[in-house]
Amino acid sequence: MKTKINRITQFFCLSILAISFSTQVYSAPKTLVFSAIPDQDQSQLIKRFGKVADYLTQQLGIPVKYVPVKSYSAAITSFRNNQIQLAWFGGLSGVRARLLVPGSEAIAQGKEDTEFVTYFIAHHSTGLKESAAFPADIAGKTFTFGSKGSTSGRLMPEFYIREYLKKSPDDTFSRVGFSGNHSRTIALVQTGAYQVGATNYKVWEKEMQDGKIDGSKVSVIWKTPAYPDYQWSIRGDVDKEWGEGFKARVQQALLDMKDPALLEAFPRSSFIKASNNDYQPILDTAKEIGLID
Amino acid sequence: MNKGLSHIRSARWKVSWIFIAIALACLPFADLSINTYDPMSELGRLFSGLLSPSLFNIENPLHALLQTVAFAMLGVSAGCISGFVLAQLFHFRLVRILCALVRAVHELFWALIFLQIFGLHPLTGLLAIGLPYAATFAKVYAEILEEGDRRAYDNIRHSAGLTSSFFYARLPDLWQHFITYTSYRLECGLRSSAVLGFVGLPTLGYYLSTAFYEGLYSEVWALLILFYLLIAGIKYWVRPKLLPLYLVASPFIIANDSSISFDNVIRFFTHDIIPLPIRRGEDLNGLWHWFSELFMNEALPGIVNSLLLTQLALILTGFIALIWFPLISKLFFARFARSAGHLFLVVMRSTPEYILAFILLTLWGPSMLPAIIALALHNGAIIAHLMGRYSDALPIRQDAAKGFNRYFYEVVPRIYGQFLAFLFYRWEIILRETAILGILGIATLGFYIDSAIQDIRLDRAMMLITITALLNVCIDTLSRYLRSSMRLSMSAQVNAS
Repeated sequence: MKTKINRITQFFCLSILAISFSTQVYSAPKTLVFSAIPDQDQSQLIKRFGKVADYLTQQLGIPVKYVPVKSYSAAITSFRNNQIQLAWFGGLSGVRARLLVPGSEAIAQGKEDTEFVTYFIAHHSTGLKESAAFPADIAGKTFTFGSKGSTSGRLMPEFYIREYLKKSPDDTFSRVGFSGNHSRTIALVQTGAYQVGATNYKVWEKEMQDGKIDGSKVSVIWKTPAYPDYQWSIRGDVDKEWGEGFKARVQQALLDMKDPALLEAFPRSSFIKASNNDYQPILDTAKEIGLID
Repeated sequence: MNKGLSHIRSARWKVSWIFIAIALACLPFADLSINTYDPMSELGRLFSGLLSPSLFNIENPLHALLQTVAFAMLGVSAGCISGFVLAQLFHFRLVRILCALVRAVHELFWALIFLQIFGLHPLTGLLAIGLPYAATFAKVYAEILEEGDRRAYDNIRHSAGLTSSFFYARLPDLWQHFITYTSYRLECGLRSSAVLGFVGLPTLGYYLSTAFYEGLYSEVWALLILFYLLIAGIKYWVRPKLLPLYLVASPFIIANDSSISFDNVIRFFTHDIIPLPIRRGEDLNGLWHWFSELFMNEALPGIVNSLLLTQLALILTGFIALIWFPLISKLFFARFARSAGHLFLVVMRSTPEYILAFILLTLWGPSMLPAIIALALHNGAIIAHLMGRYSDALPIRQDAAKGFNRYFYEVVPRIYGQFLAFLFYRWEIILRETAILGILGIATLGFYIDSAIQDIRLDRAMMLITITALLNVCIDTLSRYLRSSMRLSMSAQVNAS
């Protein structure tokens, strides 16, 4: 009995030692850590963004690491908690994150992000066809958004549904779901699990190109007006950590990213400068439909 | 004697019928439709994945496996040690109430809360498992201590100190009970650890959810098989001699380079979870408005849906358990058939209900149906397993009937009380599990909690989590009342599990 208790005490102490030791070892180097919202193609995240981390390491001369996160809110929280200092956010997640971290800034956006668009897509059995006017016939159908915190998959489609139908999504549709991400929205509407859905146009185009979409089963029925979306946001205190002018260097490194293999991770054709003011419309919309207090 | 017995039985029958009636009354309000147009093609892809399991697309399967084990090991041992200490204090009412509240919140929600405080730091996963497990350990250890034989202890208590009498006169007697229960919880811990991957821990669930989301069924099966092997092999790889090695290695496996900021912790408690009207300095009126809106629009529909789902799943669980338990019972099947039955029940009960619901949701589309079936299959398999083992110990007369007659007229009537005890014990667990299915989009309380967290409205999330916990405590109390009023003993539960 006594030896058993001894043994228990022994390995309990050892594990405490190991815990403190392991955190000691790992907290030494100052690495810039970045992440990205998991909006599509999650199984390839590390493959996609690992290359970007290598590029930034090389450009900035300090170790840069990518950590994957599972949800939009986890990306925002890590940014807020300074566990990541740089992030590839969507419009809404970026606005939320910057509200929580005073001094943080949007520094770059994809060339396509100044005029981003959401596609409303429908299963062929609904008989809905593409139109220039808002498809009021979607009322009463089943409908899926993307992630609850997505700009193109939630905020903007909900805004236009309320704008045109004067009703909340819950009152408009017979069932409302949140698929989790844009690829999943397309898959769910394609199988008919939901009749109508809203998805990010870049993801739609990429999946179309990759041959994942069966045009006889699902098609685009409406395109929203353009709005600003994804951007790189950086915390305000990075200059203090890595020296004066660091933020500007990160911005320059992002703007200089020209290698198509890197840009494909986003997927964007190039990056251009951005500022917090560019996202005022997103903040206003989010407040209007009650997603931000 | 005779009169007394028939009275007890009639109470059991009455309660059974009341619960069946409640479930039938719930039916019209539950959404049970199948929404996919061609579930067969998805089903086909799911099963063709089974024929070609592959880890090719998973970025680091071994890493995920090690993380799953490491989080479970550390979380369960932390819970076991603190639970053991708490069990000694279990006679304090405050400790009991606190433990009940902590237990009432599912580990996935704890993970979501700690994710807000500690972010990606390994402490998130450690506490998400350790905290609710500590509360459960405290309760069960206290029960074991209570039921144990105190005579030796009472004898030496005058001549020896409190600690030594405890370690020399109580612990040795009960040691085996502690070990049995603790190793059972380690299996649960592995399940929890895997499932926590669905909210972002780098365990098997992380890759599993990704593979599910993208329809990569070969990867899904490979990961599930890996998980079944891990669980089925527990008795081979969990050895007392190897435990110190695992425990020492685990911290290194889960360590990452994120750090904890104390400011975040303070901010969480003093700002984030304070209701918005208070933060804005509004008066009580504003606070009441905030609360009533939250309660009417989110908590109430969430409670209704959670209860509907729970009652339907409970009844189905009962039927499934009654149908399945003969599969592993010596009274009904020969050895070979029983091993097949065992294998079947092991797979059904070690697949976490969260994962079962996820599969069924993909096949049938969003409604309550996948959730009910998932809960019933998982919990039904657990109860069937316990009942099967219980029935083995039943003395049967040489000339007893066989087959269906034996089932209906001999075995079921004799173990019905035990069956109800198991079922009512799972009642609260099923309710807790309905909440987490909300993360998959079924509009239970969990759905609204998840939405609040996605919107970074932690004040709302905390309020909803508190309401969920209180609901669970209510059901737990009701279930305990029913069990004790029908004199259903739970002692077999601890021994059997």
